Amino acid sequence: MLRLIIQRSLLGLVVIWVVSILIFSATEILPGDVCRAVLGQGITEQNLASCRERLHLADPAVSRYIRWLNNLATGDLGVSLANDYEVSYLIGLRAANTLKLALLAAVIAVPLAIILGLIAAMNAETRLDRGISISTLCFISVPEFFVAVVLVYFLAIQFRILPATVNPRHLSDGTLIEVLRTLALPVVTLTMAVVAHMTRMTRTAILNVMSSPYIEQAVLKGASRRRIIVCHALPNALAPIVNVIALNLAYLVSGVVVVEAVFRIPGLGTLMVNSVAHQDIPTVQAIGMIFCTAYVGLNLVADVLAILSNPRLRHPR
Amino acid sequence: MIALWKRKGQSAVEEVPADPRAMPLTASAWIGLLIVLFWILIALLGPVIAPHLESDIITDVSFAPAGEVGLLGSDYLGRDVFSRVLYGARMTMGLALVTTLLSFSIGCILGFTAATCGRWVDGFMSRANDALMAFPSIILALIVMSSLGTSLVIMVVTVAIIDSTRVFRLSRALAMDISVMEFVDVARARGEGVWWIIRKEIFPNTLAPLSAEFGIRFTFAILFISALSFLGLGVQPPAADWGKMVAENLQGLLFGSAAALMPACAVASLTVGVNLIVDWFLRRIGGGAAEELLK
Repeated sequence: MLRLIIQRSLLGLVVIWVVSILIFSATEILPGDVCRAVLGQGITEQNLASCRERLHLADPAVSRYIRWLNNLATGDLGVSLANDYEVSYLIGLRAANTLKLALLAAVIAVPLAIILGLIAAMNAETRLDRGISISTLCFISVPEFFVAVVLVYFLAIQFRILPATVNPRHLSDGTLIEVLRTLALPVVTLTMAVVAHMTRMTRTAILNVMSSPYIEQAVLKGASRRRIIVCHALPNALAPIVNVIALNLAYLVSGVVVVEAVFRIPGLGTLMVNSVAHQDIPTVQAIGMIFCTAYVGLNLVADVLAILSNPRLRHPR
Repeated sequence: MIALWKRKGQSAVEEVPADPRAMPLTASAWIGLLIVLFWILIALLGPVIAPHLESDIITDVSFAPAGEVGLLGSDYLGRDVFSRVLYGARMTMGLALVTTLLSFSIGCILGFTAATCGRWVDGFMSRANDALMAFPSIILALIVMSSLGTSLVIMVVTVAIIDSTRVFRLSRALAMDISVMEFVDVARARGEGVWWIIRKEIFPNTLAPLSAEFGIRFTFAILFISALSFLGLGVQPPAADWGKMVAENLQGLLFGSAAALMPACAVASLTVGVNLIVDWFLRRIGGGAAEELLK
């Protein structure tokens, strides 16, 4: 089992390495060179030369890639092309906000989704199950900004229960209550999308187990449905459910970008979108690397947990 | 979205219904169908019905309430929200359709090729596909657009390529199932070429699951494109795209204007409609054994 986990972790490292090559090559697919594209209208021979100097454009791509990776590993993320700040400084200002948002959403979403999924599976093919199924389908289908706009319009504007936009000061040094209050709507928005996915996948995982022969055995011996699901099906569905959770937390990575934009949260997502608009490539690369590493890492955790929760792999004969 | 597939088990081949026309529509499928037909109609006739052009400024008042100016009020520049939602249907659905068709062509052709061309080709293509799927899709799109620019064409091609990785995986898996069947062996023994086998033997047998996947990918494309245009990439003003309209009028929300709500509802109803149909279709082609047992 240990060998499997080590193998899987090494594979994860390889994936991150491949991702880094792809992200780096994003600067290479440009027609012409980065500096010409970035400087655009205000281009002069002098700033073109200094920009090329700064990005070491004269060196071959491979040596630039190695230097970039090396710097990345040591925490030197380069200098933003948009405002000459250190990228690591810009990221440091915002990373905590993104982390708070994602963590809060995860803490709420995971238990909620598992309970809903269980309820749906226990009452499979009843009205309740159909209701959960249709409403989760609707939440999966709608864009995040729809949920956000509806929540803001009703909860913040019409009924004035919660603040409509995020107050960055409350977010960074507010008390716990202030942080929760200011993040309430973004967290709910993010939670909705993730919960819908997770509920459906939990239900499917349990129902898949339900079709195995030992469940039929339990039905025939007269066990109640609740007992079958909680004692027989749930332990065996744990691996797929854990997998579902990790996969959907990875999905938070994408969701966070849009939700931050709606609520004007100064986080990594908004920084990345602004940098894309300004063609600030070093910043985009650095944040892209962070998001992708988190994504690959969560997928890795999902696989490792799946290995751990499989008794056959845990206790090999 | 891929999760929707898990319900229907491993092999898709035997589950193709004998006659799709014999399937009765459920209530939710009817609702979905009506919504989608409604929006198709609007996309076709929108500019005829719309009282104003999408770029016409009809009033000096930004965020005028519904009823006072036009049917749904005015947006941040004083343009008619109603007309822009109508124009937006064409833009949003058109872009999503082009993207989905593109991603399906790329994904299916590559997926079928990978499944029929032997281990080396398959191994190489699958690893390359895995590498692209290691990115969260919106992050990959942002990285590509940061270097190639944020124009409409680049956005559509980027989204199509990212989306085609999912189509590739599904079509490869389906074709793998089929390419080991006797009738494909027979065709090979007859000396048919790879392209002929893909076209005449594999493609027709993957049609039912692929058409469900088309629906899923279509909603995905709508969501993806409207998210990107909401973030200010791709669609350029004054063109009316639903995602962009939400972003433009977000400020008005604070003054109690519903201008941002309308295009958001439009996207949501369209994607929900398509997914209701897809959900019904998936239920039809894949009766789950699990659901039979504990009825």
